[in-house]
Amino acid sequence: MNTWVYIDHFKGEVLPASWEAIGAAKALGGSVTALVFGSGVDAVAKSAFEFGADEALVADDAALADYRAEAFASTLSALAAERSPDLILLPTTTRGRELAGMAAIDLNTGVLVDVIALEPDGNKIVATRPIYAGKLLEKTVCNARPQIVTLRGRAFPKPEAQPGKPGTLTQVAAKAEARTTVEGYSAGEGGVSLTDAGVIVSGGRGTSNNPALSAPAGMDEKAAEIWKAQEGFKLVGALAEALGAAVGASRAAVDAGYIPYAHQVGQTGKVVSPDLYIACGISGAIQHLAGMRNSKMIVAINKDADAPIFKVARYGVVGDMHQILPALAEAFKKKLGK
Amino acid sequence: MKIVACIKQVPDSAAKVVAQDGQVSWGDAPLVINPWDEFAVEAALQQKEAHGGEVIAVSMGGESAKEALKHALAMGCDSAILVSDPALAGVDTQGTAKVLAAAIQKVGGVDLAFFGRQAIDGDAGITPAQTARVLGWPMLGLSAVIKVDGGKVTVERSIEEGRQTVSAEAPAVLSVVKDFGEPRYPSFMGIRKASRADIPAWTLADLGISAPAPVVAWPELMNPPSREVACEFITGGSPAEIAEKLADKIIAEKVL
Repeated sequence: MNTWVYIDHFKGEVLPASWEAIGAAKALGGSVTALVFGSGVDAVAKSAFEFGADEALVADDAALADYRAEAFASTLSALAAERSPDLILLPTTTRGRELAGMAAIDLNTGVLVDVIALEPDGNKIVATRPIYAGKLLEKTVCNARPQIVTLRGRAFPKPEAQPGKPGTLTQVAAKAEARTTVEGYSAGEGGVSLTDAGVIVSGGRGTSNNPALSAPAGMDEKAAEIWKAQEGFKLVGALAEALGAAVGASRAAVDAGYIPYAHQVGQTGKVVSPDLYIACGISGAIQHLAGMRNSKMIVAINKDADAPIFKVARYGVVGDMHQILPALAEAFKKKLGK
Repeated sequence: MKIVACIKQVPDSAAKVVAQDGQVSWGDAPLVINPWDEFAVEAALQQKEAHGGEVIAVSMGGESAKEALKHALAMGCDSAILVSDPALAGVDTQGTAKVLAAAIQKVGGVDLAFFGRQAIDGDAGITPAQTARVLGWPMLGLSAVIKVDGGKVTVERSIEEGRQTVSAEAPAVLSVVKDFGEPRYPSFMGIRKASRADIPAWTLADLGISAPAPVVAWPELMNPPSREVACEFITGGSPAEIAEKLADKIIAEKVL
C-alpha cells in the first residue's frame, strides 16, 4: 500500500494527530509519504521523517504561507492525480476535514471522516467511524481511488520519534490560486486543546451551586448565577492545572453563559476521548455522554447520587464539588510532587 | 442579496439511537432541523436584515424534511425548497454536495450559501466545503463572525489555534459555528405562515442532473460496546479524606 499522510500545521506548529496518522499509515505496511505544504517548512518535513515517514512531498511556496483551503486542496489534488496513491490520511482537524472534502471532489473519490480504526483488506481500507456523536459505529469503505480518510485525534497511538532519522525530501509545485484572502489571526485562549488532551476536567450546571458563596451586592439574579459559576469554574481550572488537563464543560453550562462555547463537550460540542475525564457538577445528559463516553476512565463528582453520569463512571463522589475539588487539587499536587 | 440556507432534518439530539437489524433506529424521538443548521439560518436572516434581499431554505431529504424547512420558514426564511428523489437513497456526501450545488444554481443569482458546521447524524462535516468546491466558490468555513460589505464577505473562522480572519468576494459558501450567537425562536406569526406554506419539491430531473453514483458505502452498522463499569463510590469523613482516597485510586489506574 502506498499511503500519504497530510501533516497539518499552523505556522509550523504541527497538530499531534498528524503524527498519529503517520503511525497508523506505518501499521498498514508499505511506504509512507508525508505531505508538507507551507512556506519554510523543511523542519516540519524533518519531524515527519523522525515520526516514521519514508518520504516527504514538500510544496514550499510563499503563496502557501497562510493556509487557504482552495490553494492547499488544489496542491493536494494535483499531486494525487499525478502520482496515484492508494490512500491519503489526514488528521480530523478543521483544515484536515476541509482539504479531504475538497480533494475528494477534485479527484472524483470519497472521504471517510473521523475514523477510529482501520483494517486493510488488500489495497482496500475498511474504516470504523462513530456516527450520531458515537451513539453508533459504522464500518465504511471508499470504492474509488485514492481512498481519502481523516483520523480522529487520540484514536491511534503516537509513534516514538527517532531523532535524526532521514528520509527522501522531494520539492513539488504549489497550486496557489485561491479567491480567499487571509487578513489576520488572533490566538485563542491557549491552554490544552480538548481533542488532544490526555486529561479533561469538566464543569456543569453544578458549578453555580456553591451554598457557601454569596454574589457581590447589586447583581441581578442571572448575573449572580454566572458570577457563582465562574467562581466554580476557577476550582475546575485549578484542578485541571494541577493535572495538566484541559477544561471542558457541559452544554447546560455553556448555554447558561458560564463559560465560552470552545469548552463544550458533547454532541453539539467537541467529542473527546482522554485517558481520564473528571466530570464535576455534570448530571450526564445523553448529549454529553455521547461526547465523552470513549474516555478511558471517567470520574464523577455530583451532589445527586442518581445522576446518570455515575452510570458511566469508574469512581464517583456524591458530594459538593466546591469542597471536593480544592481538596483533590491539593492531594494531586502533593502526590504528584508538583 | 439572495441567500440560501442549506438545512438537514435529523433525529433530535436527545434521541436514544441504536442499530437494529442493520438500520439506524431512533425510536419515537422526533425529527428536527439539525441543531447546527439553526445557526446557519440565523446568520442568513441577519444578513438579510442588514442588507435586504431574501433567504431561501433548501433541504435534501424525504417528504418529512418539509417539517425542518417549515421550522426555517417559521424563523423567518422567505421561501423553502425540498430536493427529493427516490434515486437519492444511499447518496454520500460527495453526491449531496453535487445535488445541493445544482439546487443553488437552479435558484440562480445566489450571493451567499449558508450551512451548519455538520449534521449531528452523519457527523462528517464536509458537505459545505464539498458544495463550495463543486460550485467553484470560495469556502468560508466555521465562521463565528460574519461581515458583508458590498460584494466582500469577511469572516472570523474558529480554528484550533484561535480565530483566523478570511475574506472573499461573493458568491461564497459559509459554514456557521455556535459562537456566532443564539438562533432565534420561531415567532407566532412565523409558525402560522410556515404552516400554510407551499413547499415545492424538486426532483433530479428538475435540477437537470442524474443521480450521483455513490463512492462511499457503509456496509455495517454497530452499537458501540457498552461501558460495563460499576461505579465505586468514594466516601469519607471530610473532603480532604475523600480527595486523598480518590487521588490514590486515580493514580493507581495509571491514567495520568
